[in-house]
Order: sequence, then C-alpha cells, then structure tokens
Amino acid sequence: MATFVLQIENLGIQAKRSTILEGISFDVTPGEIFGIIGESGAGKSTLAMATVGLLRAGCRRVAGSVRLAGKSLLDLSQADLERTRRRKVSYVAQSAAACFNPFYRLGEQVTELAALELGKSRAERQRLAADLFRELQLPDPERFGDRYPHQVSGGQLQRAMIAMALLNEPELIIFDEPTTALDVTTQLEVLRLIRKVVKGRGCGSIYISHDLAVVSQLADRVMVLRHGKVVEMGPTRDLIENPQAGYTRDLVANQTTTSSVPDPAASRPIVSVENLAAGYGRVSAIRDISLDLSSGHITCLVGESGSGKTTLARTIAGLVDLHAGVLRFKGSELPGRVERRDSETRRRLQYIHQLPDLALNPRQTIREVVGRPLAKFRGLRGAAAEHRLRELLRDVELPETFLDRVPGSLSGGQKQRVCIARALAAEPDVLICDEVTSALDPLVEESVIKLLLRLMKARPLTMLFITHNLALTRRFAHEVVVMQQGRIVEAGPASSVFSAPREAYTKKLLDSTPLMERGWLEARL
Amino acid sequence: MRNAGFILSIAGFAVLVAAALLAPILAPHLPSEPVYQPYAPPGIGGLLGADSLGRDMLSRILYGLRYTLGIALLVSVLAAGAGVTLAFLAAFRRGWTDLLIGRLIDAVMSVPQIIFALVVLAVAGVSLTTLVLTMAVLEATLFYRVVRPVAGDIVAMDYVEVARLRGEGLGWYLFREILPNAAPTLIAEFGIRIAYAVLFISGLSFLGVGVQPPAADLGGLVRENALAISVGQLSPLAPAVCIALITLSVNGIVDWFIHKYSIRAELG
Repeated sequence: MATFVLQIENLGIQAKRSTILEGISFDVTPGEIFGIIGESGAGKSTLAMATVGLLRAGCRRVAGSVRLAGKSLLDLSQADLERTRRRKVSYVAQSAAACFNPFYRLGEQVTELAALELGKSRAERQRLAADLFRELQLPDPERFGDRYPHQVSGGQLQRAMIAMALLNEPELIIFDEPTTALDVTTQLEVLRLIRKVVKGRGCGSIYISHDLAVVSQLADRVMVLRHGKVVEMGPTRDLIENPQAGYTRDLVANQTTTSSVPDPAASRPIVSVENLAAGYGRVSAIRDISLDLSSGHITCLVGESGSGKTTLARTIAGLVDLHAGVLRFKGSELPGRVERRDSETRRRLQYIHQLPDLALNPRQTIREVVGRPLAKFRGLRGAAAEHRLRELLRDVELPETFLDRVPGSLSGGQKQRVCIARALAAEPDVLICDEVTSALDPLVEESVIKLLLRLMKARPLTMLFITHNLALTRRFAHEVVVMQQGRIVEAGPASSVFSAPREAYTKKLLDSTPLMERGWLEARL
Repeated sequence: MRNAGFILSIAGFAVLVAAALLAPILAPHLPSEPVYQPYAPPGIGGLLGADSLGRDMLSRILYGLRYTLGIALLVSVLAAGAGVTLAFLAAFRRGWTDLLIGRLIDAVMSVPQIIFALVVLAVAGVSLTTLVLTMAVLEATLFYRVVRPVAGDIVAMDYVEVARLRGEGLGWYLFREILPNAAPTLIAEFGIRIAYAVLFISGLSFLGVGVQPPAADLGGLVRENALAISVGQLSPLAPAVCIALITLSVNGIVDWFIHKYSIRAELG
C-alpha cells in the first residue's frame, strides 16, 4: 500500500442535476508525474479539488474513495482532513497572481504554514524561505522574500507558489495548469523546475493541463478526461504514439497536422504601416513599426505578453493614439483615430476581440448583434436583413435558431463564431483577429481556425492574426511578424522565419514552444 | 417563501395606491372639514378617530397618501432621469466631463440632505414645485453615486468598443449598450429610492417645510397629531404605520425583482 501516494477508486461526483465525475480510478506513485488532460468543463478542477478532499458547494460524492497516503480523505473529520492536508499535500494554482495577497511580503506568505503548523520563529521562517527560493532558482534568494507580489514577474510569482507548495514537504503536489498564463520562454523555465523538483524530492504529483504538448513532456502517465469520464489512460509515450480513443487521436492529431493554407497569390499591400509609434498617453508602447499586410494573405503577429502586438493591432484599428509615422489603407492615408475615419473605411477594417464574452452585449440577441452592422454599413433591414443574417450564421456554422438567443446561452466557441459573423456582416477587406482562439479549448480552436481558413478561401479577405501560439502560426500563416518590447524583431514569409530564423529572439521563441516529440524537455534541461 | 412575500408586498402596494387614487370616493368626509369633537376616539369619531380640530383621520390619511406617494414617485422619476443620464455621460465621456459632474455631485452630497433641503426651501419658499425639485436634485446625487461605477464597468467592455469601431452615436451608447446592462441595478435602486423619498418627504413635512397646512401628507399628519400621544391617543400611529407599509411593500417588490433578475442573468 505504501507504494501509492494517492489512490482514487471509482470516484463519482454529482452536482444538483448533472454528473461531474463518474468512475474515475487512478493512482500516483512517489516520484511520478501523473498528467490529466481535458478541455474546459471536463471535470479537471473538480477532480483536483477532490484529491485534497474538497468538494465545491452543491457537489457531493456519490461513489468511490480518495486515499491519500493511506487515509480515506472524504471520510475524515474536518479537523483530521485539515491536518492531513497541511502535512501531506500541496496545490499549485493556475494564477499565482490571484493567489497571493498583495498586502503581505512573499516570504511571509510562502512560509505561513510553517508558523501555523510547526510554530517556527521568524528567523527560522526566513531561512526556510531562502532555501526554497534557492531551490527554485529565484534571484537573490536571501532577500526575495522581502518583496511584495507586485514587485516580481509572473514567472517568479509562479515559482514562489511552487516554493510555498514545497514547504510542508508534501507527498503529493497538484499542479493545476500552472503555466497556462505564462509566456513560452517563462513556461519553459517553470516546466524545467517542476520536473527537477518532483524528480529530486521523490514526491508524487498530478499535472493538470489542456496542453497536450506540455503534459507529454512532463508526465510519466497521462489520463484523458472528457465530460467527467476517463477517455483513455496510459504511459505517456504509448498514449501519444498510439492513441486508442477517437478523442485522444483528435487531440494528438491537432498537435501534429499541418493544415493546408492556400498558397497566396502575389499581391500588393492593402494596409501599410511606416515608422509608426503609438501608445497610451505620452508613452509610446510600440515604435519604429514598418509593416505591410499583403492582400489575401494571413499575417501572423507573434510575441510574448507585453511585446506590443495587441497595441499594434489596435493602432491599425484606430483605437490607440498615433505618435509618429503613417498608416495607409489601399494607398491613402488613414487618420489615427477611428472617430476620424469615414464609415466606408470602418466597414472595410474589422476587428475581432480576444474574449467573446466581453465583446458581445449580454442583453442583445444574436439577431441584434449581427443585424446592427448590416443595418449600419449596408442599409439592410427587414426581409433582406433577415435573409443575410441566416446566410451569415450558416457561414459560421451556427444553426439559424441561434438568432433569437442571447450570448449567455452559447458556448465560448459559438460566441466567437457570432463575433466572426458580426465582422463578416460588414463585408470587410481586412480582418484583424486579436488572439481570437486563445480562450478556446484546443479542438474548438482548431475548428475556428478551419472556419477562418474556409472564409478566406470564399472571399477576398486579408487577415492580421495576433497570437502567442507559435505552433498555431506554423500551420496557419503566410507571413510572420515577431515582436518584442514594442518593436518588430523579425518579419518575413512563414516558411523562412520558421525554418531559418535570423534573430536570436525568434530562435529562442521557437525553441521554447513545447513539442510532443520524445526528449524535447530533457534536451533543454 | 419569497413568492409569498412578493405577493403580500405587491398586494399591499396596490391597496395603498388604489386608496390614494380613490381617496375622493373612499373618504367619508372632506379632509379639511371638522366633523367630530377634537380627539374623538375611533368609533365615536370615525374609523380612526379625529384629530385636534375634529377632522376625520381616515379621510386625512387617504388624501395624505396622495401627497406622499405622488411626490415620492415624481421625485424618484425626476431624480433617476437626471442622475442616471449624468452618470452614463460621465462614464462614457470621462476626462473633464466626468471630473466636473463628479465634483459637483460631491459638493451637493457634502451637505447633509435634510439641512440642504431646509436651507433651499427657506430661501426659495415652500411650494410643491420647489419641494419636488429640491428633493429630486438631492436624490439624483444618490442615483449618480450608485450608477456611475456600474456604468464605468460597462463602458470598459469590449462590446462598447465594437460600437465605437462601428461609429455609433451617443444615444446608441447610452441607451442601447449601457442602459440594458445597467437595468438590474437601476430598477433595484429605483425601488429603494422610492422608499427613501417617502421617508424624506415625510421627514420634511414633520419638520414643517414639506406639504403645507391645511393639506397634509403622511409625515405632516404624524406631526399634527404628535401631541395626541401625550394624552393617550394612538391616532398619530396610523399615518406612521402607513409610511412603514409603503416602504416595506416597495422593498418586498424590489427584493423579488432582484432575485428574479439575477437568476435570469445566470441562465442567460
């Protein structure tokens, strides 16, 4: 028995009406990283919570058991459960920024448990914190704990949270999407550390993610979860090289296929940007930007958070103050502010936001949402508008019955399709897509990308696609523009940028993007 | 349980409104007509007794309801119109507009409501018009305070930016994008403010700067009859109970509405 840190048998959890988890069985051995993969709503987080004996309000266990270090967690009294939890298990959440209290220094928060549980003195806590910070390769470990959460970077904060998780020398650590909010280069550092720490300390761990490539690099075994049930489970390599279930095959294929982007015809630039600087207030967030969007091409704008890619896209859309340089659309100069552009130009340049939840007015029906640009830009009303509305919904592969629904009753992917339909209603020449798929699950993302490609084929459309996902860019882009710290680092045809990147930063980005191939992470340790 | 409370509230409010509307028919006497002995107890002096001048309390309360409810509703509507429009405008325009409106509202709010009203009414003279306008200005500041942050959150949403990219006019922003999303807060606030307006006008009348004699609203009736308590009469309690009934029933309706609306929002 002692060879298992965690044993879950036939676990079933129900909310009021729906089943959240059903028939979940797995175990974790010391030193093992057990990967759990699944899309949003698959039950990953409920499962993670259940492994620490926590059920969300309204949820109850209907079957099965969770045994942590030999104790049946869901049967313990509250006091025993808390004691077990403090001593045996740790949890690393997705957003470290949301988990640290901004009013306390990091050192205090990381070692809080040592004071509560072991009654350590201040000096002992400081020493403990320094040791942990050193283990996680944080800068200046002796004094790192004196800082407040807002004074360190996102990656450092995530590492501080891992330090906190290690404090009680747990037998099990649960990592719940710990790198999802991080940039690829930062993600790589955190992945390396997680691997080192878990293997070095010999504790068991569960790694939850929706990113198959990341899980494939870290985990010894993987479980694929969907709709609260186990789809497939097995050693990582077997599962990736020889997936059995259809859903797993789709997931794996999604990582490896190269979709066929239609070859672009040689074309003239439709949007051109010269020596542009722009930003908010007096500070220029982007500078020295020169860029052409060739008509009919897909240009992918890539870079890490804070690189200025969204600012550039918003500048072209007319939402950011222009500080210097020229914006041209079809040869004629564009005013910087969208308020000064004529209605025709606004129609031709359409912008799609990252989060469809925020981009759709929750109190307007889909008919109103998509119908407004039809009325405003094309003067369509009544039967003509109704006809076009149905066509547009069909174009984005949504049923016509959605016309009378409000956004709240749609899934994330469906909402983004509505946003796409709204943009298409204006019959634009240029579509600016700002991370339109990054909030979506991998397979949904894939379907939206396929939709965009199909739309591009059907009409003369130019696309500027902003993303931090290089794997996606690789399959999708005609041209790639790489940004860093507000400047363009490298730009060119996708094939040459990916096969022979000229700049060190591009190389680093490409190198940090997780792949599924065996030994990818080991090669970077 | 919640439904029972709602039905009771709406029934109570409906009865009060109907009583106010039908006062000329329902009232057994004219409100200004002395028909009984002063302080005649209930039974001898009508259903609720008589006041110090021998006027029928029931009739006076029925007519008083008209003043209290009418003024409270009018003040709330005016205050909501002004406060909400200013709040939307400030949230949408930001910059100088926001600063100017915001500080102006702060200045009005910095003086206690009742003192502000006393001063203004003393200077401008008490009439129904000055009374309603003064109260509306004061209540509007409270509407503004509640609605401004809500509108600020809505203005920051991407769908407002989409409207901006499309080139919509001010009316579209305020009434098509912002208003529907602020509606639950607005309606809840409107209900609460009606209840407060009832208390406010009653308070002013109690202090003698509200509705002027011989007419009287519920607050005025409490004041007129306050002395009666010392001689062991319960007649001042009747208008006071009416004030309590109005506020309670309005609150019950608002609670039910908030509950219903928040469930709807979740279900989309």
